[in-house]
Amino acid sequence: MSSKIPEHSVGLVSPQTLHFDEALALTSGKVIEQYDIVYETYGTLNAEADNAILICHALSADHHAAGYHNEEDSKPGWWEICIGPGKPIDTERFFVVSPSNLGHCSGSTGPRSINPKTGKAYGPDFPIITVSDWVNYQEKLADKLGVDQWAAVAGGSLGGMQAMQWAIQFPDKIRHAIVIASAPKLSAQNIAFNAVARQAIMSDANFHEGRYYDYDVVPGSGLKVARMLGHITYLSDDAMGDKFGRELKNDQLNYDYGVEFEVESYLRYQGESFVNRFDANTYLLMTKALDYFDPAEKEQGDLAAVFNKVSAKFFLASFTTDWRFSPKRSKEIVRALTDAGRQVSYLEFESNHGHDAFLVKNDDYINAFSAYMSNIEVSE
Amino acid sequence: MSQLRIELERICEWIEPGSRVLDLGCGDGSLLEWLQTNKNITGYGVEIDPTNVLSCLKKNVNIIQADLDAGLTDFEDGSFDYVIMTQALQALQFPHQTLTEMVRVGRKSIVTFPNFGLWKHRVYLSMKGRMPVSKALPAQWYDTQNIHLCTVKDFEQFCEEHSLEISKRDIVDYSHRSGSLMKLWPNLFGEVALYQLNGKEK
Repeated sequence: MSSKIPEHSVGLVSPQTLHFDEALALTSGKVIEQYDIVYETYGTLNAEADNAILICHALSADHHAAGYHNEEDSKPGWWEICIGPGKPIDTERFFVVSPSNLGHCSGSTGPRSINPKTGKAYGPDFPIITVSDWVNYQEKLADKLGVDQWAAVAGGSLGGMQAMQWAIQFPDKIRHAIVIASAPKLSAQNIAFNAVARQAIMSDANFHEGRYYDYDVVPGSGLKVARMLGHITYLSDDAMGDKFGRELKNDQLNYDYGVEFEVESYLRYQGESFVNRFDANTYLLMTKALDYFDPAEKEQGDLAAVFNKVSAKFFLASFTTDWRFSPKRSKEIVRALTDAGRQVSYLEFESNHGHDAFLVKNDDYINAFSAYMSNIEVSE
Repeated sequence: MSQLRIELERICEWIEPGSRVLDLGCGDGSLLEWLQTNKNITGYGVEIDPTNVLSCLKKNVNIIQADLDAGLTDFEDGSFDYVIMTQALQALQFPHQTLTEMVRVGRKSIVTFPNFGLWKHRVYLSMKGRMPVSKALPAQWYDTQNIHLCTVKDFEQFCEEHSLEISKRDIVDYSHRSGSLMKLWPNLFGEVALYQLNGKEK
C-alpha cells in the first residue's frame, strides 16, 4: 500500500458491476427490463454470510464510500470517517457493500445510459425511481452476493431513508437499521428547495426536455445553480459564518455584479465541480425520490403502525445545527418506533456543520456509532 | 446484583418480570442492563450526558438522548408498565411537571430522592448556619446540580395536592437498610426515599 494512503483506510478499492436481466417492477407502474449496478465492497463475507452491511448513499454521493481508487487519489470515499479497519463500520468484522443506485450517473443504469430499445440515452424516458424501488433492486443485489440477511443497512440523509425502508419492506432481511441525519418524509420547505433546484435545471436552455445528450450539451448552468442552492441547505449559518464571514475575494468592493464575497466564489466552485461529475437528469430523479418518500402514507400517516411489523433494531442520530433534516425530524421517527414498542437508540450530537455533519469527523459521533456497531453480533 | 448501585436493589424487587420500562435519567444504564438480563424487561433509558449515553450503548441498552426538562411528550399515555426516575428529581428544572408526565406515561412510576428533612441536614443548617454538605450531597450551594431538594413531607404533600396516588413507600438509609427510627420518624431519620406511584391515564 502506498505511504500516501492513511492507516485505518480500506486502501485501494475498485468498483465492480453486476448485470440484472430480470425485469424490475417500479412503484410508478413502469418496468425496467434490465440494468447494471456498480458497487464496491470492503472486508470479507464470512462463512455464515451474517456480517454484511449495506451502505446507502444520499443525493450527491455514489458507490465510492471508502478507500482510494488509485495511489494519486486526493480524496477517499464519501464515508471514509466511518468505514474501515477499527472504524464504526469495521471492515475487519463486517463485509460492506456500497452500490450506486439505479438512476445514478456513475456506472449504474440511469438516464444517461443507452436505452437498448432506441440505441439512444434514456433521458426523460428513464422512469422515476422511488426509495422503495431502490430497496427492491438492493434486495436482488444481496441475493446475487449470497447475503440472505443484512447485519445492518446504514445511511445518512436520503441513505437513512433507504435503511428505514429496508426495515419496513424486508423485515426479515435486516437486523439493524442505521438512520443518520434523516427524516420520515420531506417537509413542505424541503420539497420547495427541491422544486427550485429542478426548475433551475429544467429552465436551462441546454436542457432540451431532458434530451440534452442527443445535442451533445449539458444544462450546466442550471445544474450548477441547483447544486449551489442544495449546498446552502447542507451547511449551517454558523459554519458558513466561520468559514467565510463577509470575507472578500479582493480587498475592496467593486460595486458591480461580479463575484466579490468569498462565499459566492466557494458556491460557484462547488457548483462547477458538481457539473463535471454529475448528471442533471439524475439530480432531477434523486430529488423526486426524496419528495415521494413517505412510508407512513399507506397507514394514513401513522408511522407507528408501519413500524409495528418491523423487527430490526434502530440506531438514529441527528446533529444540532442540521436544519435540512433537523433533530426534530429524527425524533418523529423515534416517537413512532417507541410507540410501536420497537428497539431504538437515538443520539443528538453537538456539531457546527449542519446537515453535512454526518460526513465530518467528530469524536462523540464516531465513538457512539462504534459502540453501537460493536454490539451487532456476527459469526467469527 | 453486586455490580448494581445498592439503592437500585429495592427498585428491582418492585418490578415485575417481562415489563416495559422507561428509565429517566438512567445514568450509565446499569439498572436497565440488570433488568434486561435478570427480569427480561424491554424499554429505554433517557439521558442527556454524552458520557453516560456512550456507556448505555456499550451495555447494549436502548438509549434516547433527551433533556427530561423538555418533557416526555415523545411518549404515549400509559405506554410503559414502569417509569423509573432514581436520584434525578432534585436535579430537574421542573420536577413537578416531570412527575405529572411520569404518571401519565407509566402505569406505575418509581421515584427516589435524597430526603432533605434528615436530622443531620437540620442540625448542619441550624448549628453551622450553612447549607448542608454531606456524603450524599457533596456539592456546594453554588455548583450543586440538586436545585430542587425536598423532604419526605414535601413530597407527600405534593402528591396529595396533585392527586398522585402513592402505592408503595420505602424509607431507608444510604446502605438501603431500614430501621425502627426510620419507620417511626421517616422525615427525620430517612436518608433515601423510594416511592411507587399509580399511573393516571387520561
